[in-house]
Amino acid sequence: MDFNQFIIMKHELLLTITVMVLLVAELTINDKKRIIPIAISLFGLHTALGFFWNESGALFGGMYQTSELIILMKNILNIGVFIVLLQSANWLRKPENFNKISEYFILLFSTLIGMNFMISSGEFLMFYLGLELATIPMAALVAYNTFNQKSAEAGVKLILSAAFSSGIMLFGISLFYGQFGSTYFQQLSMISMDTPLAILALIFFLSGLSFKISLVPFHLWTADVYEGAPVNITSYLSVISKGAAVFILTILLFTIFRTMVEVWTNIIYIIAILTMTIGNLFAIRQQNIKRFLAFSSIAQAGFILLGIIGTSSLGMATVIYFMLIYIFSNLGAFGVVSVISDYSGKENIDDYNGLYHSNPKLSLVMMLSLFSLAGIPPIAGFFGKFFLFTAAAEQGYYWLVLIAVINATISLYYYLIVVKAMFINKNDTPIAKIKSDNYARFALVICVVGIFIIGFFGSLFEYINHLSFGI
Amino acid sequence: MIEGISIHHILTVTTIMFFIGAYGFLTRKNLITMLMSIELVLNAVNINFVAFNKYLYPENMQGHFFSMFIIGIAAAEAAVAIAIIINIYRNIHSIDVEDIEQMKY
Repeated sequence: MDFNQFIIMKHELLLTITVMVLLVAELTINDKKRIIPIAISLFGLHTALGFFWNESGALFGGMYQTSELIILMKNILNIGVFIVLLQSANWLRKPENFNKISEYFILLFSTLIGMNFMISSGEFLMFYLGLELATIPMAALVAYNTFNQKSAEAGVKLILSAAFSSGIMLFGISLFYGQFGSTYFQQLSMISMDTPLAILALIFFLSGLSFKISLVPFHLWTADVYEGAPVNITSYLSVISKGAAVFILTILLFTIFRTMVEVWTNIIYIIAILTMTIGNLFAIRQQNIKRFLAFSSIAQAGFILLGIIGTSSLGMATVIYFMLIYIFSNLGAFGVVSVISDYSGKENIDDYNGLYHSNPKLSLVMMLSLFSLAGIPPIAGFFGKFFLFTAAAEQGYYWLVLIAVINATISLYYYLIVVKAMFINKNDTPIAKIKSDNYARFALVICVVGIFIIGFFGSLFEYINHLSFGI
Repeated sequence: MIEGISIHHILTVTTIMFFIGAYGFLTRKNLITMLMSIELVLNAVNINFVAFNKYLYPENMQGHFFSMFIIGIAAAEAAVAIAIIINIYRNIHSIDVEDIEQMKY
């Protein structure tokens, strides 16, 4: 194994080294709070190094593969994780988390290693191992608050439904193996699969993967887990975990399942309509801000499917571009929720009444993020949604685009409920003025800059489009 | 390969096992029993892989390796799940799904 092969796996190897360093730091450093800046700066270094020395190639006989596109996906996820880490610094400093600080980082980085392996897998076994490495530590993170019953409840809901869904997915994979005699993506993409058994296997496989992206009708765990988990874990789940699953779903559908394109476009068509509509309708009636953002993220996943159904290189580019924007806008919203939850412990939408009078900056950031999620023109979210709709319309799915536009309008209604609560509603006991810490402020600044700049930064989309491929 | 037993027999058994597991997961009220149902699903997949490998593609070992990894990961999953279930039992002294209902709808 020469040096070049280490460079190909640099994302995973650097993260593994980071985890090892943190294990040693846990043993040697007495003041546990000092682990937070060490871990964040190590991860920042990893994020920066991810942009250099991009080598593409395959390792282990094709089980692991990487390309410029896959490296771009990993870098997008790294940026998101970096923002999540900055937002969680203040929460980790609380006395009840004092003994578990390094556990948080180690488990979080383990899930990220799993997602990286999952994205660059070249074989079903590798894909399954990455998926499980991303899921099992996640359940431990969700149940992080040991003495909070809600947190444990969310953890058990996540691990049981994730295990069951991976069981269903494995049954699909076993049927693929039985039919075609291989689990390598390279060989499977050469075979024309349009037998009835392959369609059955595809349905099993897709329903397993849909659990991870929380598409309707596999979304039932989402709201409960998002509500019960600590806020920063929720933002990690809703952005990074979902993003990785969307990336690998796009790659798999565009490579190994490309001979079944008529079959899976029909499946995705129906799931997209259901996901958008049900996510939106349930979001309207939520009182808890985390549950509200959970259903909003389900609806956003429905919009992402419009890019996948485009089946062109433009479609894949819009999916990646939308995911990048979604990371900034959703993390902006979750950043504000996490600051408010840290300092006041309040998580209901009613508690946000009159927030603008006590905390004008926080409410402006929240408003910008929600507008970006809703897709209001001058901000990045609009461009992301617009390109997704273009990709679907290009293939002639006009009815789907019409339903998506109607859903975007409905979503504007419930995002504006929160904005109205912050700016217009009166409140006798509003949340007191919060002086947030520097980490969280820095994270929110990154999010706001990202929301503003990405939309006007046309060459970025050109770059992504140049890397993407269609069927 | 077993004399007198074709791959159809084995696939029938594994399919029945898979759906018993799925049915058990959806209907049982006890968290540990739900975990057992998941094991049933995973074991159906294991037998599937080994049978396909042995009967159809005996020249390489992909199916065997896949089932061994599934066994290992199922153990890790059960360990984390049981740790969380013990935590729930400490909090509310019950592992019945009917009692785990702080968050709904």
